[in-house]
Amino acid sequence: MYAQMVKSTGEGVRSLDEMDPQERAFQERIDAGGKIEPKDWMPDGYRKTLIRQIGQHAHSEIVGQLPEGNWITRAPTLERKAILLAKVQDEAGHGLYLYCAAETLGVTRDQMTRDLLSGKMKYSSIFNYPTITWADMGAVGWLVDGAAIMNQVPLQRTSYGPYARAMVRICKEESFHQRQGFDIMMKMAKGTAEQKRMAQDALNRFWYPSLMMFGPSDAESIHSAQSMAWKIKMNSNDELRQKFVDLTAPQADYLGLTIPDENLKWNEEKGGYDFSEPDWDEFFEVLKGNGPCSVERLEDRNRAWDEGRWVREAMLAHADKKRAAKLAAE
Amino acid sequence: MSSPESSAYKATEAAPHDVVRRTEWPLYEIFIRGQHGLSHRHVGSLHAPDAERAMQNARDVYTRRKEGVSIWVVEASKITASSPDDKGHMYDPADDKVYRHPTFFDIPEEVGTM
Repeated sequence: MYAQMVKSTGEGVRSLDEMDPQERAFQERIDAGGKIEPKDWMPDGYRKTLIRQIGQHAHSEIVGQLPEGNWITRAPTLERKAILLAKVQDEAGHGLYLYCAAETLGVTRDQMTRDLLSGKMKYSSIFNYPTITWADMGAVGWLVDGAAIMNQVPLQRTSYGPYARAMVRICKEESFHQRQGFDIMMKMAKGTAEQKRMAQDALNRFWYPSLMMFGPSDAESIHSAQSMAWKIKMNSNDELRQKFVDLTAPQADYLGLTIPDENLKWNEEKGGYDFSEPDWDEFFEVLKGNGPCSVERLEDRNRAWDEGRWVREAMLAHADKKRAAKLAAE
Repeated sequence: MSSPESSAYKATEAAPHDVVRRTEWPLYEIFIRGQHGLSHRHVGSLHAPDAERAMQNARDVYTRRKEGVSIWVVEASKITASSPDDKGHMYDPADDKVYRHPTFFDIPEEVGTM
């Protein structure tokens, strides 16, 4: 997902009886559907895992602006350009909501930024793929935002209050993102032969990377089990991936496009599609920083941070000067 | 947020660079009043160098879709909040004062709506 392979304590889930009274009260509150708020007591592992998860999610929103920003100056019409600008601005907003939520756990914004820029903290594998045609803007909105929604909708019920509230805001806006993507795909798929070919090509390239967004099967993962007990992960990776394929396959049919998977077939018995797994070796390579655009993305973020430094400092200096002048006048 | 390290631009007169810089812009909490006559409600926070800039940023971050008609920005460090440990003595006394709720009193039906 936007947060992939997030590690928790690594110790596995403990039963209520094994917990001290404080942790037990914490877990019982979560089990009863209660929310944990910033000043409440929480286990160290819960705090650390959430910082990793929300931080990674925030970084994904920020880095996720880059593949789409690539097309702002080249959008085919003024209307498409305005829409894409609005969408990319939303992504920046989503990153900010999430950074705020993470900060309530005691990590600073600068620390998170530093960890992104140094490569210590990750962002979603999907943003390490290039967007080489306009149809990719359609595929990204339709598939990438579509996959993100699968994960984000249930996270509105996550146990950590600030995270849940950020998700509510994000989900409200995310639907626009997916629809604008599908709208581009419809236009291309029903357009000239060349436009249709571009749409199909975009689907071909983004299908498996989109399936990878959910992460490898975590049915056996102790990290996922702990995260689910804490309700900071609401569904297994396989569950969400299945749901995504079940919703997306008929949409591809509607577009008259072919999902690049010869094993994709409706399975009446399970009430869902059978489909091929993505290449997990490729996924792990991308996570390690060996994706097609991994170096470029981090370079871009680092350059933006370095070149923006004088602006950040000038604004702070200006604010200090104004404050001093105001004090002197009093 | 400002840069984590001291500035590379030593020639500027804006601030002394031989001292450790403040590393981040201060945090502001943002409150927005919606359109339907409700009170201001906390929507989130953001970093800004000063209140004016916080206001501009709040407009961009929290009201891109006409979510509100009025914004308050408050520096987070200026807020005094109750502590979860005080929950007991702050709120429990309300438990045994159920007569504060109108449903505590039985009003005969023939009296009508009250």
